[in-house]
This record gives sequence, C-alpha cells and structure tokens, in this order.
Amino acid sequence: MSWLDKAATETQITHRSRLWLYVLVVVLFAFLVLPTLLVIPMSFSESQYLEFPPRHLSLRWYEAYFNSRSWMHATATSFKAATLTVIVATPLGTIAAYGLYNAELATARLVSLLLITPIVIPIILVGTAIFYAYVRLKLVNSLIGVVLAHSILAIPIVIMIVTSALKSFDMNQERVARSLGASRVTAFFTVVMPQIKFAVLTAAVLSFLTSFDEVIVSLFVSGGDNSTLTRIMFTALRDQIDPTIAAISTIMIVVTSLLLALAQMFGRQAKR
Amino acid sequence: MSVTTGPAAMSLGDGHAAALRRDRTIERWLMLSLAAPALLLVFVCLIVPVGWLFYLSFFTDGGVATLDNYRHLVEQPSYARIFWTTFKVSALTTAICAVLGYPLAYFMSQLPARAANLCMILVLLPFWTSLLVRTYAWLVLLQRTGLINTWGMQLGLWSEPLPLVNNMTGTLIGMVHIMLPFIVLPLYGSMRTIDRTLVQAAANLGASPVQSFVRVFLPLSLPGLTAGALVVFILCLGFYITPEVLGGGRVTMVSSRIATDIDTFLNWGSASALGAVLLLLTLILLWVASRLAKGLSLVGAGH
Amino acid sequence: MASASALDIHVRQVTKSYGAIVVLDRVDLHVQAGEFLTLLGPSGSGKTTLLMVLAGFTRPDSGSILFGSEEVIRLAPQKRDLGMVFQNYALFPHMNVAGNIAFPLRLRKVGAAEIAKRVEAALEMVQLGGYGTRGIHELSGGQRQRVALARALVFEPRIILMDEPLSALDKQLRELMQLELRRLHEKLGTTTIYVTHDQREALTMSDRIAVINKGKLAQLDSPRHIYSKPNSRFVAEFIGESTFLNVAASGGVCRYRDTVIKADAAPVREGRCLLMIRPEQVQIVDGAASDNMNCFSGRIVGRVFQGDTLRIDVDLGGGEAITLRVPANSAGLQSMPADRESITLGLSVADTTLLPAED
Repeated sequence: MSWLDKAATETQITHRSRLWLYVLVVVLFAFLVLPTLLVIPMSFSESQYLEFPPRHLSLRWYEAYFNSRSWMHATATSFKAATLTVIVATPLGTIAAYGLYNAELATARLVSLLLITPIVIPIILVGTAIFYAYVRLKLVNSLIGVVLAHSILAIPIVIMIVTSALKSFDMNQERVARSLGASRVTAFFTVVMPQIKFAVLTAAVLSFLTSFDEVIVSLFVSGGDNSTLTRIMFTALRDQIDPTIAAISTIMIVVTSLLLALAQMFGRQAKR
Repeated sequence: MSVTTGPAAMSLGDGHAAALRRDRTIERWLMLSLAAPALLLVFVCLIVPVGWLFYLSFFTDGGVATLDNYRHLVEQPSYARIFWTTFKVSALTTAICAVLGYPLAYFMSQLPARAANLCMILVLLPFWTSLLVRTYAWLVLLQRTGLINTWGMQLGLWSEPLPLVNNMTGTLIGMVHIMLPFIVLPLYGSMRTIDRTLVQAAANLGASPVQSFVRVFLPLSLPGLTAGALVVFILCLGFYITPEVLGGGRVTMVSSRIATDIDTFLNWGSASALGAVLLLLTLILLWVASRLAKGLSLVGAGH
Repeated sequence: MASASALDIHVRQVTKSYGAIVVLDRVDLHVQAGEFLTLLGPSGSGKTTLLMVLAGFTRPDSGSILFGSEEVIRLAPQKRDLGMVFQNYALFPHMNVAGNIAFPLRLRKVGAAEIAKRVEAALEMVQLGGYGTRGIHELSGGQRQRVALARALVFEPRIILMDEPLSALDKQLRELMQLELRRLHEKLGTTTIYVTHDQREALTMSDRIAVINKGKLAQLDSPRHIYSKPNSRFVAEFIGESTFLNVAASGGVCRYRDTVIKADAAPVREGRCLLMIRPEQVQIVDGAASDNMNCFSGRIVGRVFQGDTLRIDVDLGGGEAITLRVPANSAGLQSMPADRESITLGLSVADTTLLPAED
C-alpha cells in the first residue's frame, strides 16, 4: 500500500483523496515566497528590462546603487533611524509591558488599548496625524521626528512580545528575590530580565525591521536630507521602473532574512 | 455571623485600613507610570493629532465652522466612486484570502510541531519583507514584458500580453499577497487549539470525514476565521502603497485620496473628513471584532 | 527550643477580600518565638493567602502584624528579613547552586570571601556539601528543594515561611524531608510558619497546628490536642478519621439513646451534640459494662483488610454506625468475631470527646 492510501487523519481520509489540498498548499507557498525571491536573480540581469532568467549577468545595478549619493544617503538614514528606533522603543515598550502586567485590571486594560492604537488605526491616518503634529512641533523632515514616529509603531510590537514572555515567566522567582532582600527594581534586573532577555532581543530585532521597512509614515514625515530609503524607493517606483530598485530590494531581502534568522535564534534560546 | 468588608471598629483603631488602601493605590499608579513614557509618546504624536484632525474636519480652511467637508463626501460623485472602489477591493481581497488561507492554515494546523514551524517561517518571511519590495516584485512580474506574460506566451497559454497590472487585477493580486499571512496567522492559532479528540469522537459516532469536518472542525475554527477576516478587511480599508503602485492610478482608494488631498491640495478639511469616516468605519468593525472573536489577548493587563 | 534572637509573631484582625469574596476574616494568631507552626486547611481556606500577607506579597485590607515589637503590615517584602521556600522551589535558572545561595548575601553587601564560606556552610547544613558549582537543571527535585532551603537560611532570617514545599516530591522523599526540616528547625530555633493541606505532615512536623477554614482560624493547638480534642466537626473530620454519633445533652448529662455517656468534660451546651469516635480508640469488649467505659452494641456488617489494620464497620441500628480499626497482627486476626455477629464496643471515658453539632 503506497503512502497515498494511508490514512492522513483520525477520520481516516486517505492522502490520495486529500491530494488536492497538498497541491493547493504547495501552490500557495510558492505564491507567498517565490515572487519576492525572483527579484534576487533579476537584479543581476544586465538588461534594462528585468528578465528571468537573466541572459547576461552583471552587477551594474548594484554599482548604480552604491555609486549614487542619494541612494546611499537614504540608506544611511534608514539604518540610523532603525537603530535609534530600537534604542527608543525597546526599553519604553519593555517597562510598559512590565508595568501593565503588574498593574490592576481596569486602568491597565485602557492603557494597553491606547498603546496598540498605532497598529490598529489605518496607517494612512497614523501618517497624516503624525505629520499634522509634526508641522506644529517643527519636526517634519527631521531624523528625530522619523525615529519617534517609527517608535510609535514599534512599541506595540515590543509590548506584545514582552508581555507574552512575562506570562510564561514564573513570578515566584521575583517574589523569592524580593523576600531575600531585593527591591522591585533590583529583582527586575537580576532575576526577571536575564530570563526574558531573548524575548527582549527578539522585540529589538522586530523593532528594527518595523522601522527599516516602514513606508507610509515615512512618506509623510521624512524628507529632504532625512529621507528614508523606503521613501525614495516609493517615489522611484511611481515614476519609472528603475532596475536599481531590484538591487536594493535584494539587499533589503537579505537584511530582513538575516534579522529574522536572528530573531528565530533568540526565540529558540528563550524556549530552552 | 455577619461578614464585614470595610474597616470595623477595633481596639487597634481602623487596623491600618486607610493606610493600606493608600499603599495599594500608590503601588498601582507606580506600575502604571512605567507605561507613561510610551503612553506620552503615543498620546502627543498620535492620539491628540487624530482628535485634532477630527475637530478640523468641521471647519473650512478659513476657520469657519461648517459641515461642508462632510457634505462634499456625500454630494460629489467622485467620492462615491472612491468609497465603492475601497469597499470592493477590501471585500474581494478578504474573500479571496479567506478561501485560500483556510486550507493553508488547516494544513499547517495538522502538521507536527517542527514541520508546522517550518511552514510558519515560509509564511512569516513575506510578512516581514518590506511592503515595497513585494509590491515591486509584483510590478515586475505582472507587467506586459514581465515574467508571467513572457512565460505565458512562450508556453502558448495566450498570444497577447495580458493586462495584469495598473488595474484592479494587479491590485488584487498584490493585496492578497500582502494580506494572506494576516489571515493565516490567527486562523492557524485558533485551529491549533481545536481538540483533535473532538473530531475523533465525531468519527467514532459514525460521522463521515466530511461530516465531522463540517459539523465539528469548521464551527470551532470560525472565531479564528472571523478574527482574521476582520483584520484583513480593516487593513485593506486603509491600505495605500499597493493600490497606488499596482493600480496605476486607476484604483483610487480612500487612502490615496487622503494622501493627494494633503500632498497636492493641502486640503486638510477634506482630508480630515475622509479620515474621520475611515476611522469611524474602522472603530465600528473593531468593536464588532471584539464581540465576535474569542479572546485573542495579545496585550496582557493585570494578572 | 528558641534561638536567642527568635521572634514571635502577632497577627491581629487581618482581613482580606477580593470583591465580595472574603478570603481572610479577621484572623487573630499568636506565633510563639522559635516555634514551628503549621497553617493547615483545605484548598481555598486562605492559608496560603495568610502566608503571602505575612510575607508582604498580598496587601490585606486591614489588621496588624507584629514581628516581635515591630509593626510590619505596611512594610515592603524585602525589608521583612524573611526566608521563604515555595512549592516549586523558584530557583534562579540563570545562576548555579552557589549563585542562588549567595544571592541574599550579595544583596546585603557581604564580602566575597565571607560569602564563599557561608554558602558552603549552608550547603553542608542541607547535606549538599560541594554542590556549589552545579547548575540547577542538574539537580533532582529533592536536591532543588534543599538548595531553596539553603538559600532561605544562609542569611539567618528572623522568620521562615514555607508554602507547601514538599508537595512536589514523591512520598518517600517527602517523609525524609519532613524529618530533615524538623531536625533543621531544632538546630536553628527560628520561628517557622509552614503551610500544608496534608494533615499527616502537619502532625509530624509541628509544635502547634493552626487549622484554617474559610478564612477563619478554626483551632490552634498542639498536634496531640488537635487530634484528640478537636473543637468542631470540621477539625475532627479534617484531621484523622472519625465517625459521629448524635447525642442529646440536658442538665449537664449526655445521653445516647437513653444510655448515659460518661465523659471527662461536661457537654459544652444543651441540646444536640456529637460524640466523636476515632477508629483506633474504640475496642471490642466482651459485654461487661464498666465504670470507665462507654459501651455500644451492634452488628458487624463489614470487614476490610487494609494492610496494617483491619477496618470493621459496626451497624448500631437506626441508621448509625461506628467504624473501628484493629491492628492486623496474627493475634488480632485470630480473635476476630465473624460477620453479622453482635458485638459490644467500648470507648474509654478518657477518650470520649463531645463536639457541638453544627448550626
């Protein structure tokens, strides 16, 4: 009896009769993953019209990217903004998660709700509102404005990740530490933090990604000297299909994958 | 014996009851204050401006109180078209995502943990890849000289390049690609918690595989499906990038109009009115979602 | 014996409610210096809440708690100078054994050399000498509990609190640890409060037992007295086995179905009372009445061999029965009357205990 005739589930459906499901799933995974990956080989194509498979390989689009002042400047801005976002959002989000976890029910719930509004309100409104505030606060086109705006988007993610880590943390350890003479602050840094540190690191990585990949708010808020990479990419996309974007996309895919792999590693360490 | 919960008259005064109450309040505020910096940031940069904009929508540029901004929304046909397009795109995307996402989530939920984790990575990779990169990838794939047309014509599937981009089709393809993980994740989570022994019990009681699926599994997965579908729908309503790039100007959604109103026309009144409507719609849907979805609490509060 | 620095604890009128649910109802308790007191009760009785209030982790609604002469009810946990041991050990996984034990000493700014010395001494005390460099995950359950104990004792706290520390261990290990804890207590003489729901454990280890039920203190007494002279049906049923017979008291005399019941103490009140009979206290007698015995006649309706004892159920008619236990040695088994036989049971007056019937 081949594998096809074996039962797949406890309801005794065979694999054969579920073949359509397996085919569909493969197609869907291909749909999800392949388009993004296809950009990578296309970026090495020599011709102006991105083609697959590329007939002639060349690094010309990468050269165009690295040699362009405006692209490089935008990239630097994006990296700077993302790093600063991590520095702002991770501590703020972590202590908020801890405070909310230990506060009493009613007010804490309201505060949590307010803190996740940035990812719940349609992003276009977030961009518009922040832009409106920045016009008055004179923060438009400033790096600090971009960092604060990205932090607003990253903080909810940090809170969610850290809260989940706190829920699986044994609070008795904090109690023991306090009974042995540690103040709440000391107990947090000597006992709680070492054990949620992988969750915090994952949150940091995802904050970086949130900022680095962010488009819409950056469109409104970054500009001039402090334009993010995503903002320049978007305007380039709308004007013409510049193949340099393929090279940049490839680099962004690599950066994202590396960071995700890092986050996965942290996640696995945390489960040990 | 009667039970008292308030301070009773005792020989040791009120037994520190008032002081203990004060201590408790102080501790509660101390804990909440840890969330204060984050809250301050969100408040100043987001919540206040949103409120402000909402307020603005009731005034003209000159500062005169008016309902004109809202009246335009109702009167001008272009707005009706925009609302219709937005609704159409959102509904279609949600429907397609639900139809495609359900089998995918189902498949993953039946896998052993390690294989499921592997599949989860395949779902999360596009999820975290930049929106722009993905939209760009589709732009390249779907254009007249793009991959799909080239291969399609080479394989003889069609003779003329199909218009797959700069229209509704391209927009939908791109949107589904972006939104699929958003429906798979909660659906998968909800399916994972369905007790397999229930399906087994149905089979033992004589239900055919199809019946036990339809009668036991499907209803139990509905909360996750509803939650995911609502998330996708709400996200689609406010979506900007993908319709802009893949729609080629032919698919104007509410968000595009808001952006143009501000960028090009500096018409804050109209933009904020539109934004207010979008926000109101979102909040209503969220309220519905919170009623329907079984507590998928992502942010803990007290314990 | 109390150590020179042992403190006594005065708990006065401590109350704690969660909404409409009263978890601690004006509890009054005096723990003597250096004693080993067990808080015993069923789950939900409030015993753990009381311990948490003493530790400072749960804030009561009102009351007073004195450690010695110091009012501590508003004091933060880290300032109460307590050693605590939890059921799940709560050892810090990111530190090794020595690190865990050194933790309280480091907080108290003790010098490194002194720390090393005291950590090793603490390990010796719990018979884990030399285990300092081991990781927590390398230890068995019993070893972990001993490390938790060492950590709680190394800084010589004035009071020790233990929350069902042995519940996670298997039976044999638990009984070993009970004796070890008892030995440690006798050596150190620190005031210790121990929470458990296991009455056998309470009887083994305590100087006194405080039985808690529904947030109230039901009885506070030595193990001996609580067992032989419980003050209510709840305490009698919670500790040890017993059967109850309805008796009527009038004019200072108790009667069971017209027979006068002789007891050392006069009945507490008039009207309905309960006669508590422990299975090991009642014996089979050969019919002759005597001055220092209360006798009951009935018919054997069941005999169950339970290893070390033989359990016999005797039906007294009228829906009442007595359960007795005899040691299952060869002499006892041989002289056992047969099923359905009529027999007479005797309860010595000294062992006769009367309890108020519950309202």
